[in-house]
Amino acid sequence: MNSKKLNNDEDEKILLSHGGGGKETSQLINNILFKELYGAGLYKGNAKNQIKLLEDATILNSPQKIAFTTDSFTVSPIFFKGGDIGKLSVAGTVNDLSVMGAKPLFLSLGLIIEEGFLTGDLKKIINSAAQEAKKSGARIVTGDTKVVPRGKADGIFINTSGIGEVLYGNISVYNIADGDVIIVSGDIGDHGSAIMSQRDGIDMDVETESDCASLWDMIDAVLKRGVAVSAIRDATRGGLAAVLNEWAATAGVSIYIEEDKIPVRDSVKGFCELLGFEPYQLACEGTAVFAVKQEHAKKALDILKSHPLGKNAGAIGIVGGNGKDNNQLKGKVILRGIYGINKLLDYPSGELLPRIC
Amino acid sequence: MSIYSSFKQKDDIERLTCLISSEAKKTINIMEICGGHTHSIMKYGLNTLLKDKINFLHGPGCPVCVMPVKRIDTAIEIASLPDVILAAYGDMMRVPGTHSSLIKERAKGRDIRMIYSPLDIIKIAADKSNKDKKIVFFAIGFETTTPMTAALLEEVIAKKIGNIFFYINHVLVPPPINAILDSNDNLIDGFICPGHVSVITGSGIYEDIPLKYKKAAVIAGFEPYDILSGTLLIVRQVEGNAPKVEIAYKRAVKETGNKKAQDLVNKYFEVRGEFEWRGFGNIPKSGLKLKDEFKVFDAEYVFADKLGESAYDAKENAACKCGEILKGRLKPDDCPLFDGVCTPENPIGACMVSFEGACAAYYKYRNF
Repeated sequence: MNSKKLNNDEDEKILLSHGGGGKETSQLINNILFKELYGAGLYKGNAKNQIKLLEDATILNSPQKIAFTTDSFTVSPIFFKGGDIGKLSVAGTVNDLSVMGAKPLFLSLGLIIEEGFLTGDLKKIINSAAQEAKKSGARIVTGDTKVVPRGKADGIFINTSGIGEVLYGNISVYNIADGDVIIVSGDIGDHGSAIMSQRDGIDMDVETESDCASLWDMIDAVLKRGVAVSAIRDATRGGLAAVLNEWAATAGVSIYIEEDKIPVRDSVKGFCELLGFEPYQLACEGTAVFAVKQEHAKKALDILKSHPLGKNAGAIGIVGGNGKDNNQLKGKVILRGIYGINKLLDYPSGELLPRIC
Repeated sequence: MSIYSSFKQKDDIERLTCLISSEAKKTINIMEICGGHTHSIMKYGLNTLLKDKINFLHGPGCPVCVMPVKRIDTAIEIASLPDVILAAYGDMMRVPGTHSSLIKERAKGRDIRMIYSPLDIIKIAADKSNKDKKIVFFAIGFETTTPMTAALLEEVIAKKIGNIFFYINHVLVPPPINAILDSNDNLIDGFICPGHVSVITGSGIYEDIPLKYKKAAVIAGFEPYDILSGTLLIVRQVEGNAPKVEIAYKRAVKETGNKKAQDLVNKYFEVRGEFEWRGFGNIPKSGLKLKDEFKVFDAEYVFADKLGESAYDAKENAACKCGEILKGRLKPDDCPLFDGVCTPENPIGACMVSFEGACAAYYKYRNF
C-alpha cells in the first residue's frame, strides 16, 4: 500500500509499519499528527514559546512550582455523544491539573493504535485533541506513536501527561473541615450515561451528551476572585460518590448531602432507573466538586453560575452537617433522601452490572 | 412536571403516608414479591417512613436469587463443554455455585458472554467465527422475561439457526406465594403483587390469594407513589376484612394482561412437574420447560448424557440465610453474614449479588 496516500484517503488503515520507526512512521507523524496539531495553531506564538519538533525530548522553560500528572484513556466507544477519545484525553489531564489550582501549560500525547485503525478516525481524534488543548491554552509538546497487531488493543488507547503552573497553592483535601459547603459545578452522570447508552448490547437512544470539557477557565474564574476553596476534584470514574467518600475518609470528616439538591438531568435519572445505576456513581468528565468555606459559598456559586460550564451549579451539602455530626460517622457520606430518610452513600463497587427485569 | 418526577412528588408521598398511618389500626405485614419493589422501598426509605404501621417482608421475586445452587452448577457444567458459548444475563455472572461462578469460569477461559437481551444471541450466532460453536442461552426470569425467550426461539426457528440452545430456568410467581401461605406460621396480611409480571399475565393469577387464603392482593408499579398507593389499598382491604385482587397500576396493567405475549409463551413452553427454588426446595408446577416438540433446542435434553456430575454435590453455604429471607421469615440484617462476611464485593448468597436481591438493597441503602 502506498503510504503517501495517508493524507488523502479517510478509509485508509493504519498498518504495523506506521509504528515501525521508519519512513511510514515519519509520514504518519508529518501528514496526520503534525498537520492536525499545527493546523490548529498549537505551536504558534512568540519566540519563547516556539518548540523544536522531532527531537528526542522537548526543552521547555518551566515556572518555579509545577503540577505534574498523567492519565490513560481507553474509552469505548471511541466516538461518543459530546466528544471522542482525543478530546477526553486532553480535557481529562487538563482537569487533573486545574483542580489542583495549576494552569495547564504542556501536554504529552502518547498513542497506542491497533493495526487497521482508520486514518480518517485518527485525524478526527487528533484534531479534537488539538481543539480541546486550545481551550485551556495548554500546548501538546511531545508525543509518541506505537502500532500493535490487530486484536492487541481496542482501536486506540491514549496516554496524556500534563505540566501546569501552580497559580493557587494550598488546594488540598486535607483542608476540608466541618462547615465547608459542597458545590457541584453542573449536572452529574452525563458522561457515564452517554457512554454506557452507546455500549454494545445496551444501544439505548439517550438524549444525554457527555459533559466532557476542560475546566481550567471555570476553576480559574472562581480562584482568581479569592474564593476560599478547600479542595476541588473532577468527578470522573466512580462519580460524585467516589469523590465524596475519598474526601470524607481522607479528611476524617462526615459529609451530608441532600439528594434533591444534586443537579441531575431527568434523562440521566431515567437511564439509571432502567439499568439499576445511581447518578452519583456515574462518571462526569466536565463537572467539578468544590469544598468551599461557608462564608464564601454564595460567591462561589454566583461565579460558577455566570460561567457557561457552571450554569447548573448547585450547593448540595455540608461537611459535618451543621453540628449534627457524631464521631461514629467520621469518614462517611450521608445522603438525605427526597423524603427525608438518611442513607449511607457508599463507594461504587464491582462492575456496574445491569439488572434484568 | 416530567414523567420522571410525577410519581415521586413529596406532597403525594406525605399525604399517602398520613392516610396509611391513620387508617391502619395495627401493624400490618405486607410482602412485596418483586425485587424491584424491594429495591424501591429501600431506596426511598418507605419502610422507615411507615415503620410504625407497616412491616414490609421481602418475597421470592428476584429471579437470580431464587435459582438454586444446582442450576448454577449445571450452567457452569454446560459452559465447560467443548465448543460451547454460554450466554447469560449480567446478574447471573457473580452468583456463587457450589465451587465456582460464571465470572470465575470466564476468567479461566470459558466462553461466557454477558447479554442484555435474548436477541443479542442471534448476533453471536451470526458471527462467522462461531459457526461451529453451540450457543446456549441461560434463560432465567419470571413471566416478564419468558416471552423474550419465546421470541428468541421463534426467531431461531424462522431463520433456521441450528446452533442456538436453551437452558430454561423460567419460573412462575403464584406457586411460591401459595407455598408461603400454605405454611401455618406465616405473618402475612397482604401482598404487593409484581407490576411487570402482571403487565404480561393480567391480574387473574393472584385470585387464590384472596379466595383461598383470605389475604389482600394489590398489583402496584415501582415508583414511590405506586407502592404507597398499593399499600393504602392493602390497609383498607385488611381493615375492612375484604380481601380481593386490586390493580393500583392501571396505567400499565390490564386485567387480561398481554394476550400476544401469553400466546407466544404457550406456543413454546409447558409447566414442569416441579422445580427447585432456593430456600423452598421443590415446588410443584412452579417452573417452565420447552414443549416436547421443541426439545431439540433444549440444552438439558441435547446435552443430557454430558451433564449431571454437578447434581451430586451441590450445596449452599450453610450460614447463608437467603432461603429464609426469600420466604419472608428473616430480613437481610438478621443474617449473621450480612455486611460482614457477605457484601456485594464478596457475595456469599444470591440475594447479595443481584441488584434486585433484598440483601443487596439493604446493603446499598443502609439507614443512618
